[in-house]
Amino acid sequence: MEDTVKREISAKRDKSFKSIFFRWETLLVLMFVAVNIMNICISKNYLNGNNLFTAICTFIPKGLIAFPMAYLLVLGEIDLSVGSTVALSATTMAVLFNRGVPLETCVALCLIVATACGMLNGLILISFPELFPMIVTLGTQTLYRGIAEMILEDESAGKLHLVQWFYDIYYKKLGPIPICFIVFCVMAVIFGLVLHKTVFGRQLYAAGSNREAARYSGVPVKRNRFICYTLVGLVSGISALFYASWMGSIRSDIAAGYELEAVSMVVLGGISTAGGTGNFPGTVIAIFTIGLLKYGLGLINVNSQTILMIIGAILILVVMAPNIKNMIKARMAVKAQKAEQ
Amino acid sequence: MKKVLAILLSAAMILSLAACGGGTTVQSAESAAAETPVTEAAKEEAAPAAAEEAAPAAEAPAKESKGVYAIITKSAGNPYNEREASGFEAAITGAGYEAIIKHPAEITAEAQITLINELVAQGIDGIAIAANDFDALETSLKAAMDAGIHCICLDSSCNPASREVFINQAGVKEVGQCLVDATYDLTGGEGQWAILSATSVATNQNAWIDAMKEILKDDKYSKMELVEVAYGDDEQQKSVDETKALLQNYPDLKLINAPTTVGIAAASKVIQDEGLCGKVIVTGLGLPSEMAEFMEGENPACPYMFLWNPIDVGAVAGYTLMAMVNDGFDGGQVGASFTAADGKTYTVSQADDGGTQIIVGPPFKFDSSNIADWKTVY
Repeated sequence: MEDTVKREISAKRDKSFKSIFFRWETLLVLMFVAVNIMNICISKNYLNGNNLFTAICTFIPKGLIAFPMAYLLVLGEIDLSVGSTVALSATTMAVLFNRGVPLETCVALCLIVATACGMLNGLILISFPELFPMIVTLGTQTLYRGIAEMILEDESAGKLHLVQWFYDIYYKKLGPIPICFIVFCVMAVIFGLVLHKTVFGRQLYAAGSNREAARYSGVPVKRNRFICYTLVGLVSGISALFYASWMGSIRSDIAAGYELEAVSMVVLGGISTAGGTGNFPGTVIAIFTIGLLKYGLGLINVNSQTILMIIGAILILVVMAPNIKNMIKARMAVKAQKAEQ
Repeated sequence: MKKVLAILLSAAMILSLAACGGGTTVQSAESAAAETPVTEAAKEEAAPAAAEEAAPAAEAPAKESKGVYAIITKSAGNPYNEREASGFEAAITGAGYEAIIKHPAEITAEAQITLINELVAQGIDGIAIAANDFDALETSLKAAMDAGIHCICLDSSCNPASREVFINQAGVKEVGQCLVDATYDLTGGEGQWAILSATSVATNQNAWIDAMKEILKDDKYSKMELVEVAYGDDEQQKSVDETKALLQNYPDLKLINAPTTVGIAAASKVIQDEGLCGKVIVTGLGLPSEMAEFMEGENPACPYMFLWNPIDVGAVAGYTLMAMVNDGFDGGQVGASFTAADGKTYTVSQADDGGTQIIVGPPFKFDSSNIADWKTVY
């Protein structure tokens, strides 16, 4: 039953793949431009290079997670444990640092813990393919967060800013451009190239549009799923490093909601949660569109909760748009048939 | 042909949807701009409707500074913080300036940093913040201070490097004095009384208890006998057990003073359940919402108790920022003082964390006359 549904969807999508997504990208760029024009119009404080980069850097930690999340969504999967992975790996790092472990070791451990978190998700999901990724990662989300809370309770750990090179990870600038922004761009290019220009990337699309068919065609679906979950873990670790360098002190409740923000960015970018569709540049534009929209509205002091509502509304519209299109198309087809009769 | 038409139509549909999306955004931004106080700069550049409203308002603020002050709360929907924000707003608008109230989207330092960045970009005059983390705000608040924005903390402080001064809701001595005076008043100045504290290592409680013991050395209090300091560990059951033990060990006990919200509620419950109201009196520091049931009625277990008044805390934060901007008041200078619009003089003192603080005043008294109003607040 499930398989037939999947095939139907993928068959539909394939037909108009080119036309829709060419338009989708154009639309995104238009939205991005519109958001910027709106921001410039509503606040004269918007176009200030320094402040703008400060604002952009605030959404880089979560934006980074959107990269591997895009891979997962292309596969038709999701990882809801990323925020907790960030919290757990950052907590581990900060606590160990406070116990006198050299910061270099702590950084390595942060990445290892995060990668291990991702691996565990991947391992569970490839060992029990019948489980839903959303449910499994929802479980590990509370598990990882729980461990972080057990370690830190209501305390904060860190004083990481005492180490200059660690402080520089987030704050250092090359000329006017923050290094973290450069890292972000470089990672975006690498993730984009891997998804669109390599066999691995094409395999993700194949497995995402029809996992069974891909497997019978010799695509190592299991391996790829495992790699993707591990990658999400690793990037969550990198995100945790940026976060820790940014804040200098860590609490167990940090990065709550990152998973949903990352998914929102990817979905707005045109990658459907059903898998097999969308492209990477869309995700990058979406990261900036959401981030800058939030910043612009914040500049005129729109209430944070109202901003979340606006983003939510836009997201629903975005998800609805292709469905509405299909609905209209179906109706027109029926009408056309009637007319012909 | 029909296919092309369909695609064109659907494309138009998507575009119009996106336009709708954009439209919603602008509209909400406008309506929010009309509701929320915004900076002049934002208003000038805002959509026409908002700009027109802004024109008359632009006359009020001082010339050199923008006359815009902001308060950042810990989270939206925190009643205590909401009251602080309203006190802040009243103080600022009362002086003819503009107040911005910002609630972070989440109870995290990260969300607060986003708000600080937005305020720095607007170039306002002062920020008062109830910090969600002691250290994490340092870099962004320093950046704000570098940009010429005065930054102070209220309610919950950030580290001394991140602030000019901390608006402390109540100083240790004031709390100690207040609690001893209450004991003196309620026992008639003589008899046995006990303290029911939180844990034996609780910093705040120990500081207050030490202050109380110091004050008790005065001859005035010589007939009052402090029989025991019991520790309920801020757990309901432990506090109940400790209260019962006190009652058993000291049959002549006249009063239990609990400088902790859990302890005072637990003690009141025991006194009420055992029908000892009037014989043994409970007082201390408590949350109005938790204590209301023990304070109302003919013969309450707790005639009155204390806590801080968040409205005053917010107002003092507002006065302090205005004094800093307008009169060059230096919050980092111990001993510096200013007189606020409420007629009171506030003086900077040394804070325990090595920074400076301004103590708002003695704790606020809650009794049967005002508890009904306050129990809904926090």
